[in-house]
Amino acid sequence: MGGIDLAKKLLEMRSIIKEFPGVRALDNVNLEVEEGEIHALVGENGAGKSTLMNVLSGIYPYGTYQGDIIYDKEVCKFSKINDSESKGIAIIHQELALVPYLTIGENMFLGNEQGKTSRIDWDKTYDLAAKYLQTVGLAESPRTQIKDISVGKQQLVEIAKALTKNVRLLILDEPTASLNETDSQKLLDLLLQFKSQGMTCIIISHKLTEVSYVADKITIIRDGATIETLVKGVDDFHEERIIKGMVGRELIDRFPKRESHIGDVAMEVREWCAEHPTYAGRMVCNHVSLNVRRGEIVGISGLMGAGRTELAMSIFGRSYGTNINGTLLLNGQEVHLRSVTDAINHKLAYVTEDRKGNGLILSNPIRQNTTLARMERISHHQILDKDLEIKYANEYKDILRTKCSGIEQNVGNLSGGNQQKVLLSKWMFAEPDVLILDEPTRGIDVGAKYEIYCIMNDLVSQGKAVLMISSEMPELLGMCDRIYVMNEGAVVGELTREQASQESIMACILKSSGNKGAMAI
Amino acid sequence: MTETKNKSVARPLTGFLKKNTMVIALVLVTVLFEILIMTVAHKPASQALLTPANISNLISQNSYVVILAVGMLMCILTGGNIDLSVGSIVALVGAVAGTLIVNMHVNIWLAMIICLMVGLAIGAWQAYWIAYIRIPPFIVTLAGMLLWRGLAQIILDGLTISGYPESYLNLFNSYVPGGDAEKGIILPVTLVIGIVLCAVYLATQFMNRAKRKRNNYETQSTSMFWGKNAVLCVLIMALSLMLGNHKGLPTILILLAVIVLIYAYYTQNTVPGRHLYAMGGNEKAAKLSGINTNRTMFFAYTNMAFLSAVAALVVTARFNSAAPSAGNSYEMDAIGACFIGGASAYGGTGTVGGAVIGAVFMGVINNGMSILGIDANWQKVVKGLVLLAAVIFDVVSKRRAQSE
Repeated sequence: MGGIDLAKKLLEMRSIIKEFPGVRALDNVNLEVEEGEIHALVGENGAGKSTLMNVLSGIYPYGTYQGDIIYDKEVCKFSKINDSESKGIAIIHQELALVPYLTIGENMFLGNEQGKTSRIDWDKTYDLAAKYLQTVGLAESPRTQIKDISVGKQQLVEIAKALTKNVRLLILDEPTASLNETDSQKLLDLLLQFKSQGMTCIIISHKLTEVSYVADKITIIRDGATIETLVKGVDDFHEERIIKGMVGRELIDRFPKRESHIGDVAMEVREWCAEHPTYAGRMVCNHVSLNVRRGEIVGISGLMGAGRTELAMSIFGRSYGTNINGTLLLNGQEVHLRSVTDAINHKLAYVTEDRKGNGLILSNPIRQNTTLARMERISHHQILDKDLEIKYANEYKDILRTKCSGIEQNVGNLSGGNQQKVLLSKWMFAEPDVLILDEPTRGIDVGAKYEIYCIMNDLVSQGKAVLMISSEMPELLGMCDRIYVMNEGAVVGELTREQASQESIMACILKSSGNKGAMAI
Repeated sequence: MTETKNKSVARPLTGFLKKNTMVIALVLVTVLFEILIMTVAHKPASQALLTPANISNLISQNSYVVILAVGMLMCILTGGNIDLSVGSIVALVGAVAGTLIVNMHVNIWLAMIICLMVGLAIGAWQAYWIAYIRIPPFIVTLAGMLLWRGLAQIILDGLTISGYPESYLNLFNSYVPGGDAEKGIILPVTLVIGIVLCAVYLATQFMNRAKRKRNNYETQSTSMFWGKNAVLCVLIMALSLMLGNHKGLPTILILLAVIVLIYAYYTQNTVPGRHLYAMGGNEKAAKLSGINTNRTMFFAYTNMAFLSAVAALVVTARFNSAAPSAGNSYEMDAIGACFIGGASAYGGTGTVGGAVIGAVFMGVINNGMSILGIDANWQKVVKGLVLLAAVIFDVVSKRRAQSE
């Protein structure tokens, strides 16, 4: 342990307090980061992790917070992002900040153009870009446009961009949130490689397995205050231990118990095919057949791009894809859903994976979001009954225990978990028989996840059928009665609760990919 | 407990100020002009802003802006989209009205119906491309701006048609009670109208409040409720007193009131009205909630042209002429009124009431500067700055709210 004492303290944040009108977002936060370590910051949504990083990087300028930032033995007073960047602090946000129609190289040197102001040296730009791309292990030409590469690769471009600025402290906010497992693994290994070269990293993540894999120290933040810092090799790094710190209690069961009372088939899909809307002929769903019974939670597992969301949306009133073919049976009767309205009227609901982009109207209050999918329930002859709307909105707010100042609060001001609850209430308000939940717990904290699981259990106990798409295998294994495995647009396996395990799911995927490869040869 | 108590006291006040910034600004600007007119320009109070004659004048001068702003708000709500063809549609419909009424002596009611149909047809044409083919509204209406202006000039052959029959002009330019009423009757009649309006308004307010209380819904605090209603009733009575001291209640004001009430109700209390806000807030989410956003968009743009036709009838009557240059830059007045009235440049927020206040705000600035004798070119400079300031205020305050 002597090495730790010798190691140089690169960053120290002392008693940071940050207040917003009416809220104390950070309440006496202390953080110490040593040179050359990977330091993870974990905590529930709204605990204050992102606020802390915004204070550090100068997004909230000096003077708007209390406390000291000591970086490289100097007290820093950053008034804008450029100040922190010039000191070698780079932050990569959850939402990537790349320009889609510029090339990789152009993006990497955006605001830091090579050459003279009057004449950009493109040769130098692309030469340097290629070098940095090599460092992060991205085999793409720097002249490729950003829109043409996957999110995982874009993440690497962001990191390469940070490297061009001689970064010493790299901050990553939820870097793997939108990556699949292979890409996540690659990214984490890259961070470990950087660490061996002496770079310091702060990583914010909800994925605790990744955190315990990559981090040297874990600082837990709860309700705007630092609770504790766990050190690798000294403290217990198990998920249960971290969760205990995050929620302040031990979550003995991460998944609530449920007794299954499985009934008749509520929804059945036979030989379902759909093509990509812009690339005609590319099958995103390839002869998919599956069914969900009343009182049953059925999972769909698969890697990113396996066609799960596409399948769900094409079933949900043809809201995705072209040349959709196949048979859809609801309660044993064949139906043709031509529009989303059709689907809703047939008591089908699709809860999107992208709650901000596709699910909620952030500028509208909770009240209006709750009733949006089925305004017939609060109107007569197209005239709204606002009192009735208020009543329902309050009712659903109470059922789901949404934390808010009231139903008139704009959804944009809620935390992720509470936004997800509003999204769920919107679809519960539509009174569906079958709910398709697409990544229902993405980007929300452990406590809120548990509540969402409880809601799902309530729904099936009322005899509804739930089809859950998820990229988190433990969640599927913990919640589902049955799991379908999808790969490349096709169902490649169906596993019962007893058969299902992380290994058996991966085996299904690998086997199907292997077959494809063999066929191609 | 103490914390929540403090909040509940502070919240209504800041909430009230935030919600009514533009109303407060309007009052301040009016007072400012009133003072400037009397002190700097040394005009007697009888020539100032708040005189019966001038109020009446203000209403008829700005009637078209209010009508167009209400229509424009529907377009802006769908996602910050604007309609540039408004002024040209006013010119074209005005030309049609002139040709039918003055040149061809068609029955005025029939002519007006034809004009409104022309408006609807133009609107449907533009709206089809915008809503179903998804050509950007900016492009379609820019094309329309040239297209309809050109057609108007062709119809008029570059000439101005004037000499409308009295029966047509009276529809929009007369007063209640009629022009031949005795001077002594006008004031009592307008006052009675004012009292009746106040009574009806108060009655609906009380009924609503009682119903909400009965159902145990949240209601406004008693002081807020009384304060708001008292201010509104005083305003209504002051306005009727002013108008009664001039020529009476302008018929155009009745038309405006009807339009404003219909559209305010439409946006706030109907399902398709809610669709407008949903679409502007997040079109993808609206679609996935089963909202036919194409239809919503189609409505907004068809309606805009329809209201342009209404405005065309109003302005032809006011100027007693149909000119090729009529309606020039009206779209800008309407867009400006919406944004000054708090509509978001990105869509999804804004109210009819706000747009009306924006229109009145612009009208007061225009009128006040004219009375002060400020050069027309300088008036444009001031209006431009006011519009910019209003949007900056909107964007900055929203950003602050977000960072909180």
